Amino acid sequence: MLPAMLAARHPEPDMPDVAAALRPAERSLLRFITCGSVDDGKSTLLGRLLWETGAVYEDQAEALARDSERFGTDGKNRDFALLVDGLSAEREQGITIDVAYRYFATPRRAFIAADTPGHEQYTRNMATGASTADVAILLVDARKGVLPQTRRHSSIVSLVGVRDVILAMNKMDLVGFDEAVFRRIEAEYRALVARLGFRSIHVLPLVARDGDTLTRHSGRMPWYAGPTLLDLLETLEPALPVDGRFFLPVQWVNRPNADFRGFSGTVASGQIRVGDPVTILPQGRASRIAEILTPEGARNAAKAGEAVTVTLADETDVARGDVITVGHRPPHGTGTLTVRLLVLGERVLAPGDRLLLKLGSATVPVRFEALTHELSVEDLTPRPARQLAMNGIGKAVLRPEAPLFALPYNECQPLGSFLLIDPMTHATLAMGVIETASGPSREASPRHSAPVHALLLRFWPSHRPEQIRSAITILLFALTGFLLTGTLADALILAALDGIGRPLLITLQERFWPPGEKPAPSMGPEPGLDGGGI
Amino acid sequence: MHANSHLRRLEAEAIFIFREVFATCDRPVLLYSIGKDSAVLLHLALKAFAPGRLPFPVLHVDTGWKFREMIAFRDETARRLGLDLIVHTNPDGLAAGIGPLSHGSAVHTDVMKTQALKQALDRHGFDAAFGGARRDEEKSRAKERIFSLRTPDHRWDPRSQRPEPWLLFNTRKAQGESFRVFPLSNWTEADVWDYIALENIPVVPLYFAKPRPVVQRNGALIMRDDERLTLLPGEVLETRIIRFRTLGCYPLTGAVESRADTLEAVLAEMRESRVSERQGRVIDHDATSSMEKKKQEGYF
Repeated sequence: MLPAMLAARHPEPDMPDVAAALRPAERSLLRFITCGSVDDGKSTLLGRLLWETGAVYEDQAEALARDSERFGTDGKNRDFALLVDGLSAEREQGITIDVAYRYFATPRRAFIAADTPGHEQYTRNMATGASTADVAILLVDARKGVLPQTRRHSSIVSLVGVRDVILAMNKMDLVGFDEAVFRRIEAEYRALVARLGFRSIHVLPLVARDGDTLTRHSGRMPWYAGPTLLDLLETLEPALPVDGRFFLPVQWVNRPNADFRGFSGTVASGQIRVGDPVTILPQGRASRIAEILTPEGARNAAKAGEAVTVTLADETDVARGDVITVGHRPPHGTGTLTVRLLVLGERVLAPGDRLLLKLGSATVPVRFEALTHELSVEDLTPRPARQLAMNGIGKAVLRPEAPLFALPYNECQPLGSFLLIDPMTHATLAMGVIETASGPSREASPRHSAPVHALLLRFWPSHRPEQIRSAITILLFALTGFLLTGTLADALILAALDGIGRPLLITLQERFWPPGEKPAPSMGPEPGLDGGGI
Repeated sequence: MHANSHLRRLEAEAIFIFREVFATCDRPVLLYSIGKDSAVLLHLALKAFAPGRLPFPVLHVDTGWKFREMIAFRDETARRLGLDLIVHTNPDGLAAGIGPLSHGSAVHTDVMKTQALKQALDRHGFDAAFGGARRDEEKSRAKERIFSLRTPDHRWDPRSQRPEPWLLFNTRKAQGESFRVFPLSNWTEADVWDYIALENIPVVPLYFAKPRPVVQRNGALIMRDDERLTLLPGEVLETRIIRFRTLGCYPLTGAVESRADTLEAVLAEMRESRVSERQGRVIDHDATSSMEKKKQEGYF
């Protein structure tokens, strides 16, 4: 076989054009995960999708034809699952045992697909694959409908914050392409996951083996006029965290020479501009952004997702693990973290354990303070537990033993997700997400209770920059003062007192009531399951 | 280009990985194999640590059978970028005269690549080695982690690999253990070429078509890069217009007939191609799952 590219091409009639898939463009990127059990046809669906989008080359197609005869489960026909089942151990067992990543592209978008195992004992692999996914494709066999594992898979993808799910109802040919079956399973599934807080749920009738509704409508299900699977993958919007407040976890201090001291990291959320005032957390020191270097050179601004290096206007002590944020913020203490955990390793976790927590670029020792309850993987209902074993999910309280800045997962994924590491064996023990970071003051303004301020907060949503809020507060004070006293001078003095006195009082308050010493907040009722993290 | 585009997101991810390793490991090294993936890897490493220079050495494991143009390109690149280049050849293999023509691809690869790499990593005490492997190259690599933990004797055990949720990497390891780190894990061959074009990254001229002396052997077009390749009975040396899609030891690397003599032409040709890049690599054809077996033995 001569690997000559210019040799005559012998595309098979149903083999799509590779050219369409590789056109370079300013494509966006979507990551998705496929979940389902061994028999649902998950690998077949992914293999077929690679085939249909032209990601399979001739030599790979020949290998597939050979492998299909040797290992295939579809007689003499191509077994598309063999395109994605990688390790030889898996082939022998006939199951997928790890997360495999696959790549394909259309002119509109590049895709990274995580192919994950469906067996219960591999919950951890599924959660790993789902953690970076924008969209989850859940497979069900049309003959079997919604099974306990369908519910389990939905729970897991909801736990790690996946917002959009596609229920791929496969093997429609084996139920006679019956619309009634489709509608019944669809209704059942929508009812089942109503509490999981998905942003969108799409349900598609498929025959993965033959390609129906994958990239085109086959005509065998004329009653289905909705989008194909590829239509959805090309149009669902990935969530990019550019809206939130600016946070830059410092990964590395770049000091190539005495004249340059930069702080490198990937922007976790929000945007920043040269000249903006910043605070270094957890210490709370203030400075200003002097320069921003991006992979494309010096820039005036940077936003979420960009790997940057910034310099500051002052000689400020900043180290790996610190977080640079915009505006003025008080120092951040230790406090406690209310978290959800999924145990990944063989070690059983229990209250009293001393572990390492890696969050963003920070690694700090933590104490496993309390296990509030275990969450059933079936439907996330809480039940009492003393410890968590592999694949177990639980709600817990952790106490960092060094200052750490963290945010709730649904506010900021990079600063709200973490690993727990065994300090002795270095094994990764668990993955987790922050529900609440208690104790340390996170926002100065909502803490005071001046009626005007409280009133203001009602009308001025808290996500606006607090400098604007402060300025308006001062103006309102001036106005109120003017109305009460009738003299402009008195009003201005009142406003100035508020502008200077309030921060001073806050500082004093924090000096005498260190936030970290406040009791942990009551655990209360379980917050709504909003797809906001484990 | 838009900052949220596919390539910029891949670029940011790779830079993040470089910085994470450098900030947490004692002695990293970049494994430089001179090919297009290495060119992109090196380019990203320079970006990750700019404006400073590359803060760790670059290692080339030289089997003694690389194309001469590769070696010239390597030395020119090291000079142009001011790299701390380490070249290592297995002295035992050299003394024993191991080569792909006399000993076959399996023995040659094991002694001159796998063993040589372990020698170099051990000699310099490197505890993290960046490689340019991509998950789309071969099926067994689809499950490789970005951080691959190796035992003190460099073995890879699929069962002991750590989960990598989000972009969170556990970079802690015991004395003697090391990481292989693959910042290009999520790149495809098309991404690599598109990025080379976008960033104007120099690559070895062997990727571009030119008349070159070749012989047909075992169904592949093998370039006669020096006189060590002697003709077997019935073989004829001919000049054909060829180029390479991947580069390695010249007797083990199949060429493709092509007229693509510029980057634009290569990009256009690749988009038309119906054959995967690894087909030109002789070592992959040994057996199904052959890469997986080699990886467990410590081959990159």
